[in-house]
Amino acid sequence: MKVKLHIWRQSKASTAQNFAQDGKMVVYELDNVSKDMSFLEMLDFLNDKLTREGELPVAFDHDCREGVCGSCGIVIDGIPHGPQRGTTTCQLHMRSFKDGAEIYLEPMRAKAFPVLKDLVVNRSAFDRVVQAGAFISVSTGAPKDANAILVAKDAAEKAFDAATCIGCGACVAACKNASAMLFVGAKVSHFLHLPQGQPERDRRARNLVTAMDKEGFGNCTNQNECEAVCPKEISVRVIAEMNREFVRAKLREEPPSHKRVGGDG
Amino acid sequence: MKLDARIPDGPIEGKWEKRRFDLKLVNPANKRKYKVLVVGSGLAGASAAASMAELGYQVECFCFQDSPRRAHSIAAQGGINAAKNYRNDGDSVWRLFYDTVKGGDFRAREANVYRLAQLSVNIIDQAVAQGVPFAREYSGLLDNRSFGGAQVSRTFYARGQTGQQLLLGAYSALSRQIGLGTVKMFPRTEMLDVVVIDGHAKGIVVRDLLTGEIRTHKGDAVVLATGGYGNVFYLSTNAKGCNVTATWRAYKRGAGFANPCYTQIHPTCIPVSGDHQSKLTLMSESLRNDGRVWVPLKKGEKRKPIDIPDSERDYYLERKYPSFGNLAPRDIASRAAMQVCDEGRGIGDTGLGVYLDFRDSIARLGKDAIAARYGNLFHMYARITAEDPYSQPMRIFPAVHYTMGGLWVDYDLQSTIPGLFVCGEANFSDHGSNRLGASALMQGLADGYFVLPYTIGGYLAGQKATAGIIEHPEFARVAAEVTAMTKKLLDIKGTRPVDDFHKALGKIMWSKCGMARTEAGLKDAIQQITKLRAEFWRDVKVLGSESTLNQSLEKAGRVADFLEFGELMCRDALERRESCGGHFREEWQELGEAKRDDENFRHSAVWEYAGPDKTPIRNTEQLEFENVHLAVRSYK
Ligand SMILES: Cc1cc2nc3c(=O)[nH]c(=O)nc-3n(C[C@H](O)[C@H](O)[C@H](O)COP(=O)(O)OP(=O)(O)OC[C@H]3O[C@@H](n4cnc5c(N)ncnc54)[C@H](O)[C@@H]3O)c2cc1C
Ligand code: FES
Repeated sequence: MKVKLHIWRQSKASTAQNFAQDGKMVVYELDNVSKDMSFLEMLDFLNDKLTREGELPVAFDHDCREGVCGSCGIVIDGIPHGPQRGTTTCQLHMRSFKDGAEIYLEPMRAKAFPVLKDLVVNRSAFDRVVQAGAFISVSTGAPKDANAILVAKDAAEKAFDAATCIGCGACVAACKNASAMLFVGAKVSHFLHLPQGQPERDRRARNLVTAMDKEGFGNCTNQNECEAVCPKEISVRVIAEMNREFVRAKLREEPPSHKRVGGDG
Repeated sequence: MKLDARIPDGPIEGKWEKRRFDLKLVNPANKRKYKVLVVGSGLAGASAAASMAELGYQVECFCFQDSPRRAHSIAAQGGINAAKNYRNDGDSVWRLFYDTVKGGDFRAREANVYRLAQLSVNIIDQAVAQGVPFAREYSGLLDNRSFGGAQVSRTFYARGQTGQQLLLGAYSALSRQIGLGTVKMFPRTEMLDVVVIDGHAKGIVVRDLLTGEIRTHKGDAVVLATGGYGNVFYLSTNAKGCNVTATWRAYKRGAGFANPCYTQIHPTCIPVSGDHQSKLTLMSESLRNDGRVWVPLKKGEKRKPIDIPDSERDYYLERKYPSFGNLAPRDIASRAAMQVCDEGRGIGDTGLGVYLDFRDSIARLGKDAIAARYGNLFHMYARITAEDPYSQPMRIFPAVHYTMGGLWVDYDLQSTIPGLFVCGEANFSDHGSNRLGASALMQGLADGYFVLPYTIGGYLAGQKATAGIIEHPEFARVAAEVTAMTKKLLDIKGTRPVDDFHKALGKIMWSKCGMARTEAGLKDAIQQITKLRAEFWRDVKVLGSESTLNQSLEKAGRVADFLEFGELMCRDALERRESCGGHFREEWQELGEAKRDDENFRHSAVWEYAGPDKTPIRNTEQLEFENVHLAVRSYK
């Protein structure tokens, strides 16, 4: 099959917010594309051709190519990861497109995700949010026998449904507010349903929300675009859970006067 | 090259305890004066970095992806073994030890394997405490499944995403330390060399993949947890970025490389669909719990699989290996698949495939039960092939999956360069010539959480702490070499893109050093690789500059290393004149099964770099089997 690709080309990392000046859309026509190719294999094919012709290949992130590492993520025809629901860019196949299709490829844009080059963006804000509290504070070697902690099957399933997030950033890219609530909610929900997660419940909710705001992610106005593009089909249920957790944590917050002053003496 | 495995004395059950007692300790207040550089953030690297930081060391951690969470461990599907005996089915540390030594076809070091089996139980405890959502029973207790090469159910799992969940556990522990400021994380950073000063590893040279800056990082010890080299075959189940660069460059600085020819070909992957193929997708071994493998009895069968009656199907694994059936170990199942294809009974357009059929288990347990166990794998299969595995059997074929070879390490996971430690798939330690399913996750985490944090202390206690503040001309010298190589790749300005060479190398490796190897084939491969390598350095085309994000340049460096490494692999395969585990030399077989030569080859081959264009030196570490008696491996 034949395709006409419109690809965002940008040679330098974005600095300003006004990304429109940083790069431009460039058109490439590609023939002899096989319908069995994955979308990224189609880009490999394009890059091979570009390299031979002396034009810089298109930069894009990818690694596992089986939908689990979260590296890939191209906005295809305006939708992060493209037209097929529950599918990462690397799992999308050319058979999803018609012969002769015109396809638009852009990076996952958001204030918190500056473009680095072509289709590659900086998603390190996600890592920093996690560092603020998406964990259980347990050190190596301390734990007791695993079966001493009982976890109801339903609870384990719910925790898993949230923990399946691959951190690709599609939820942010799809949201008109560039909100990271689905990503952060998934972290909250994962630990919320497990008995191991209880002791740090309040702290976690507070710290994650604070870190998220600090990174410049927007607010959630219930557009649900995030759920629609999530390749792991994580439900907006996690956002509701996070909101509840945050309110609960706020209510239970100790007043500042209880905090110790003057050191440990 | 001196190879002292430094195995503790005494009965095998007490060796690890004895070593832990004998190791010198670093006083808690002094730990922060030592800096450890951990290259890799997969299960092995993330767990090691987090655990060492918890102990108080200063840690720097590196990975080439944009986040430590994306290390290739994330893709592991099926599960992780542990000798918990929660099923009460007769499992024990001893049995896991025995299965692993036997599964590895008696080519691993007993003492290491025993320790691995001992530590397996702690890993599950650790992971559960971190909040890893393992599969549960209605009682709330942990669930288990079976994996190949074992007759007990000891595999813990989180749907088909066990690696993802375990890595996210280790990543959360790592993130906690990064947040606390005890680990400094360097993503999008590729290690390109090791700096050895007075015989000890004291630093690394890296390239910042965004700015292209070549930098040195200094420390008191270096840990390589950089994964396996399966991508030397171009097509494999590994992530695209997996490479041999870190370990290969350490080898060129004096670290022995052990058993490079031991590679694992996994029996159940989605078959190749065309020339454009960029990677192969694994269908987890766990599927063989409920799926039955078969091919038609008749050659050139044209009917659809559902139209072929049972009487005209050959469930060849069940027929040949009745006591293990569909759960025969990987090397054996892969060879059996190849044999039926060679007989002309392979399926699909290419004839290179066999069926993995869920018809009977769906009839027995219902579609929902199967979906609950393997839903994500079925989904992945449907995406790639556009076929529905619930209503027709999967088509599968063997593919390169894991590499048992790696840098040689002693009992303490230290390479032949003092101060350079290696863990996870990057080392050679525990799986001999064939790895059993669900054992790599176990090994990576045992190394990182429970072995290295102790043993590295034993080394550091004997070294003066520098906290990475060292001046030595060697740092600048090695950095200059790295810079020169980067420039050289860009300056060739040839005509062929990097992938062209990688694909060509992959074809040579797969046909001559893949499932079956011969003397003539390997010799031919070495010649072909030498030619291809010369061609690469003459004609590769890498566009762009060294001072920006340049993915072609990254790839070119990795492929340059694969082109050298592939030759060593063939050389190792050539010199190992026996068959064992995943290494099948056609000249050494008995009724189609691998024939070991214990008299001449009961050893690990450890290769020593002799300089550019010189033949490397083959050293050996003799293996003693005092606890599991050498026997012909039989799964019949
Ligand atoms: C598809 C698939 C499924 C699997 N399923 C299972 C399973 O069910 N059970 C099981 O036990 N095993 C399984 N395995 C095997 C197992 O996943 C791996 O062996 C294991 O995860 C390797 O972990 P690691 O930490 O050693 O390396 P990796 O996870 O590969 O991590 C390597 C790290 O090193 C970094 N790195 C590499 N080179 C450099 C460099 N030059 N500079 C800087 N950083 C570098 C990378 O960025 C990465 O962070 C599977 C493997 C595959 C491919
Ligand atoms: S490349 Fe890993 S999810 Fe797409």
